[in-house]
Amino acid sequence: MNTRAIVAIVRKDLKVAVQNKGVVLPMIILPLILFVIFPWIMAYAPSWANAAGTPFSNMDEILSRMPVGLLNELSGYTADQQMIVFALVYMLAPMFLIMPLMVSSVLAADSFAGEKERKTLEALLYTPTTDRELFAAKLLGAWMAAVVVAFLSFIIYAVMVNAAGWHSLGHIFFPNWMWIALVLWVTPAVAGLGLVVMVFVSVRAQGFQDAYQTGGLVVLPVLLLMIGQISGVMYFSLGLVLFVGLVIWLIDVGLLWFAGKGFRRGELMTKF
Amino acid sequence: MSFPVIQISSLSRRFGEKQAVDQLTLDVQAGEIFGFLGHNGAGKTTTVRLLNGVLEPTSGQACVLGLDPQTEGPALRARTGVLTETPSLDERLTARDNLSIYADLYNVPRADVPGRVNSLLTEFELAERADEKVGGYSKGMKQRLALARALLHKPEVLFLDEPTAALDPVAARHVHSLVENLARREGCTVFLCTHNLVEAQKLCDRVAVMEHGKLVALGTPSDLTRQYVKRLDVDLEVDPSQMESALQILQEYPQLVISPPKQEKEILSMTLSGRESIPELLSVLVQRGLRVYRLAPQEANLEEVYFALNGGAQ
Repeated sequence: MNTRAIVAIVRKDLKVAVQNKGVVLPMIILPLILFVIFPWIMAYAPSWANAAGTPFSNMDEILSRMPVGLLNELSGYTADQQMIVFALVYMLAPMFLIMPLMVSSVLAADSFAGEKERKTLEALLYTPTTDRELFAAKLLGAWMAAVVVAFLSFIIYAVMVNAAGWHSLGHIFFPNWMWIALVLWVTPAVAGLGLVVMVFVSVRAQGFQDAYQTGGLVVLPVLLLMIGQISGVMYFSLGLVLFVGLVIWLIDVGLLWFAGKGFRRGELMTKF
Repeated sequence: MSFPVIQISSLSRRFGEKQAVDQLTLDVQAGEIFGFLGHNGAGKTTTVRLLNGVLEPTSGQACVLGLDPQTEGPALRARTGVLTETPSLDERLTARDNLSIYADLYNVPRADVPGRVNSLLTEFELAERADEKVGGYSKGMKQRLALARALLHKPEVLFLDEPTAALDPVAARHVHSLVENLARREGCTVFLCTHNLVEAQKLCDRVAVMEHGKLVALGTPSDLTRQYVKRLDVDLEVDPSQMESALQILQEYPQLVISPPKQEKEILSMTLSGRESIPELLSVLVQRGLRVYRLAPQEANLEEVYFALNGGAQ
């Protein structure tokens, strides 16, 4: 493997991507809302509700539907604390996965479909890189960026959650083992999933926007996880997170193998 | 000593129902400027892709610099440079970034990259705007930058796909002199795809004419004009007082002069049936007492060859 060439392509793709507002804006706005604003709203929601004379009675209703495991996790807290911990630790866990998924798919859309739209792929295909190096470089740039952005988001979120919840809980309560597994085990897998899905979508897409819109469907499984958790069908326990991670890694490996098999210069030249 | 650096044997490529390249066979010699002519869709770009291992042939073989494009593509592409039909530049990056990134991709020694990039930017008159994004460049500047990129790693074979299509005459002349320098002084072989016949006539040692993926003619421009252009335009200048007589005499020899002579100032222009008619015509004119100052054949050009090959419909 020619690592210098791989690094050059990664550098090129990332440099090009960060100049695209369509790529950068979602990467700023989503974490800002989810990981900065949302923790403060959720942490102070019980106080605001109490002050307004409308206590969080429906919290009991939500919690009553939750699996026993989650109830055990929340058992040592007051009602207000339960609401904060449930919202910030458990409810947001599946939403966190949107971050690596979105970043990797946006960058992959820009790298593959965007390159097709900008007609810049041909010059790249004439370089001495092998098909495997080209494929690896194209995936690696988007994947690394997604994982790094997700890790940074996690750090920001950890600070925000503890700072916002301090007035009510009075101690550091985040992250727990489930979140550590989510970030270290599931996040890279989810970033890979967004990536390979976008590789397939980009082949048929007309350009960046087209690929991004079609590829956006990849967030559906994450939404299902969220609905599952809110409805009490399941909750993000450490075991579930490890299992979900394993399933996504297996899907990644399968899709990567399939995509890598069809990744030939000639195919790119005719399809892109 | 000349030796073939590109050898193509019965090379074909089909896209569905369309035969893009059909049984192409030819050689290109080292240091040669080889013109690959044909209208849009004739198979020129597909051939360049096949010769660089970017596309796989449906059948046939090619060998470039002793390497098989299909099995030794990366090694081959390290020694060839390609200027694509569209500049294929990252317009969100600066010219310097575009070149630096491709210098890494072409494995230019790290220590040489800044110097090489700067010298190319200067050579192509882009140094002043080297740190501006390429999106703001004119078409000509983009084309020059793309050409600079193709030369970053000092390729042994340079493939140029319509290199002057977007350039003004001054920039086009600059590219022409650069191509000539590369071939004549540095021994670089140039494979020039163009439908600019004047450019091909001016630069190329040999040309191949493609039509619907098939090779229809191959040779030096003068060989091809001799082979395919049978008629010959000539200008005749005689003593001005003998102009009327000259016209009358010429009309008596329809076997020699196949179009009625036209008088333009003191010169008669006409078309002869071929080069062989010149001595006979001159002899007749002198024997009939005309004072011939000049009988000048107009060299046929590739444009006439091209149209002759394309059925004369154009």
